[in-house]
Amino acid sequence: MTTTAPDLRRDGVCAPRLLAGWFATGAPADRAAHAARYGPLPVADLRHRAGRAELTETVARAGLRGRGGGGFPTARKLIAVAAARGRPVVVANGCEGDPAGLKDRVLLEIAPHLVIDGIVLAAAAVRARDAVLCLGEGGLQVARIAGALAERSGTDPIDVRVTEVPHRYVASEESALARFLTRGDARPTMTPPRPAQRGVHGRPTLVDNVETLAHLALIARYGAEWYRGCGTAAAPGTTLVTIRGAVWKPGVYEVEYGMSLESVLDEAGGPAAPAGAVLVGGLGGAWLAPPFADVAFTPEDLRAAGAVGGGVAALAVLPRRACGVAETARVVRYLAAESARQCGPCMFGLPALADDMTDLAVGRGGPATLARLRQRLDVVPGRGACAHPDGAVAIVSSALRVFADDVERHVAGAPCSSAGLRPWLPVPGVGG
Amino acid sequence: MTRSVTLVVDPTACRAHGLCAEMLPDVIRLDEWGYPILGPEPVAAGRERDVRAAVRACPTLALRLRRTDPSC
Repeated sequence: MTTTAPDLRRDGVCAPRLLAGWFATGAPADRAAHAARYGPLPVADLRHRAGRAELTETVARAGLRGRGGGGFPTARKLIAVAAARGRPVVVANGCEGDPAGLKDRVLLEIAPHLVIDGIVLAAAAVRARDAVLCLGEGGLQVARIAGALAERSGTDPIDVRVTEVPHRYVASEESALARFLTRGDARPTMTPPRPAQRGVHGRPTLVDNVETLAHLALIARYGAEWYRGCGTAAAPGTTLVTIRGAVWKPGVYEVEYGMSLESVLDEAGGPAAPAGAVLVGGLGGAWLAPPFADVAFTPEDLRAAGAVGGGVAALAVLPRRACGVAETARVVRYLAAESARQCGPCMFGLPALADDMTDLAVGRGGPATLARLRQRLDVVPGRGACAHPDGAVAIVSSALRVFADDVERHVAGAPCSSAGLRPWLPVPGVGG
Repeated sequence: MTRSVTLVVDPTACRAHGLCAEMLPDVIRLDEWGYPILGPEPVAAGRERDVRAAVRACPTLALRLRRTDPSC
């Protein structure tokens, strides 16, 4: 840790870490700008066992957790992969399969070297010799990353290559990536074994989100205490979050864990209309009702408030005048279409949920539809190879709770207050 | 003490033949699309024989036994 750590706070708020260069220059960081800001890559120590153990230990003390949605402790994955039999490989996940999220794409675009640093360090820490950076097919980031890799050609001890992954909601799930890189089929597999034990071509595979790796690159330079200097004891550090829907300044922001959900939305200018709800965690996430001032923005607090998972950091604000029932119907229809069609409960269950929600939304569904939907919500989750069906259940269950009044009106056959209005959520192929 | 085992289904392999629910009606029920719903409980003592027969009978080999012991 030879480089001086950047300021933790500026004017009382946590200073941006991953986005620092962007705020300073307004331009993507090339290698020189990156090196000037963050200093050299501390990779030499990782040639020795003690150095590798120290990095893993530092990541553990920092409390870094995955930023791809699972929220799994990163150090535990490093340890599992390093301990598994065979030469490991690192897979950096930059696919960002959920259409509500943009943060990984933004990070790859403006700070490509920070991500590549993290890949090289994580690979060296588990004694991998090669790594694959997975990007969405045809994305703008592909050229940016190719340029960045060319800039550092021959200077890294790890061979990093880029693979483009087809756009599909479930393709970026970690077992799907491992299968894609082995056999070209980007569909999830049944686990265990998890990729950490047996992944790409049977090798122990460290699958980490690109933002997670960027944080790791800073932890390796500045240490665990610096990393913990922002955020809360249980959720240290900062996180990137995509904020969209009815806010004044939609975009990608870097926020400190532990801020109130309201302050996080204020980063994006706050709600542009009285908010009816916010969708937390992407299209397979959950609706939360206001007030947002008392909810702390940490994975645990958001879960306690009704959100799911470790947090795909995407927030979408729905104005009160919009219809949560209709919005949710569109989302679950999309999620049903995105099923890999491998597992029965997903292949048949998600279209059934979508039918019920659509019936409710258009006023065709009465109490019997609602009762059937509730029963299906009990039966579908936890029965797929991946969590895709669970995400669809989460958004529908939370919609029935948060938009209970709307649901009641729809069930009673009252006309939908927002019929014909433009949809708010970014659902591909279903308009908007 | 004998090692306990749990019935699991590989959802990617299951094709809803429904044999398992026929052979083990007290353990497995089917959802409205014909796919098995399994509880998380270990196989009850004395039922191992029946359960193993159902596992062998699954036409797609989707029904499996997994050691409950998490260290495996």
